[in-house]
Amino acid sequence: MFDIEKANQTAFERLQKAEPHIVDLGIACEVIPGMEKNTILHAGPPIDLERMSGPMMGAVTGAVIYEGWADTPHKAIEYLKEKNLAFDPCHHHSAVGPMAGIISPGMPVWIVEDGSSGKRSYATLNEGLGKVLRMGAFDQEVIERLHWMREVLFPVLKAGVERYVEENGGINLKSLISQALHMGDELHNRNRAATSLFIRSLVPYLVESSTDNTSLAKVIRFMAGNDHFFLNPGMAAAKVSLDGVGSVEGSTMVTVMARNGTDFGIQIAGLERRWFTCQAALPDVLLFPGFTRADVNRDIGDSAIMETYGVGGFALAAAPAIVQFVGGTPQDAINYTREMYEICLGENRNFTIPSLNFRGTPTGIDLIKVVETGITPILDTGAAHREAGRGQVGAGIVRMPSEAFVSAATAFTDRYL
Amino acid sequence: MSMKKLLKDGPKVINMGMEQFYIDLKAREVPAVRVDWKPPLADRELLGKLKKLRGGNFV
Repeated sequence: MFDIEKANQTAFERLQKAEPHIVDLGIACEVIPGMEKNTILHAGPPIDLERMSGPMMGAVTGAVIYEGWADTPHKAIEYLKEKNLAFDPCHHHSAVGPMAGIISPGMPVWIVEDGSSGKRSYATLNEGLGKVLRMGAFDQEVIERLHWMREVLFPVLKAGVERYVEENGGINLKSLISQALHMGDELHNRNRAATSLFIRSLVPYLVESSTDNTSLAKVIRFMAGNDHFFLNPGMAAAKVSLDGVGSVEGSTMVTVMARNGTDFGIQIAGLERRWFTCQAALPDVLLFPGFTRADVNRDIGDSAIMETYGVGGFALAAAPAIVQFVGGTPQDAINYTREMYEICLGENRNFTIPSLNFRGTPTGIDLIKVVETGITPILDTGAAHREAGRGQVGAGIVRMPSEAFVSAATAFTDRYL
Repeated sequence: MSMKKLLKDGPKVINMGMEQFYIDLKAREVPAVRVDWKPPLADRELLGKLKKLRGGNFV
């Protein structure tokens, strides 16, 4: 019989040793392994076009227009029906995407490398809140913003990052996350401190590498105006760190949690890259004005990688201000974090929570503890409108459904007993 | 506790599971403590197998 404790220790230590750094930016189909010019990557476990939720369909429609494959939403839907495209989860390509998580071939992406394992991960650039592609919106404003991001934001950032890497060898994301936790972020739904630290690190190099002050000013304003700008590189940091854990024979550590707006899926270190899925949760969120519960789509996005990494909802105690955005009280935030210790393998050595006397965040979700205690992971997340094209409707706390954990535990006992 | 004593002194409650019962009792000033507990997700068979894999130690 395998020594589960030893296997989990190995998995936990690998996660702790990861050293994610931004090393470059690139265009998705040129840098993401296995991505072709007709590939569309999406959040969560695998899903066919026919089963995609409204926000994911909306984001795919927008991506078709963005790529220039169609010039109206109607034509985009026709194009999709002709089955010209291959859909695949971001997770199958070392990538992650928030909400719908759509990455189309021509989108610019962050490239993050783990100095410990040498692996790389990829994530798009964050568009901001509200009516954005990742929330399923695809109107002209959304497409124009995406084009601006490729034509202006991407080259300015790429030049700045190249200059930064030349001098410092990569932007240390683990350090940024660690500092941001001490400044009131939990790194999933609150990235204000991390975004500010990120801009502070990057701006001198953007200035040194820029040849166009007008574009540079627009780029800095765009980043400064979007508190979630750090979310995507943060997610890529989490992804590459968890990919660094790889397969660990006998380990019950959860290495992926992801949702596609229809299904929720997890992967386990000791069960290779197999998905265990069930219906995604319906988030009970704090709604923006004008929306009702009936508008909310099922849970969606790869951003659950943050909780899998030991931050986000698991670090809510570090972010009392987040409750204004997701509901509840600061005491609730502390209680959520305390509850998550019950289902984790250990406490993070790099990420600590000042209000808990600098206790490490609960890290490394243990499949067996989830099944035995009946406590499933919580996330603090955004919620999209259930209809394509409508965008974000709110944000809040959502608990992951149990069935995927039970299926995985059953498969684990079948494999190892 | 005998029924007579229960009716005379009132109940002292330990609440497990549904928190709403505890909240309602506290609102009526009934002495109550809450134990944060949830039932396991799995049935006895799966729990037994997991216990065996763990070497007999439940969390």
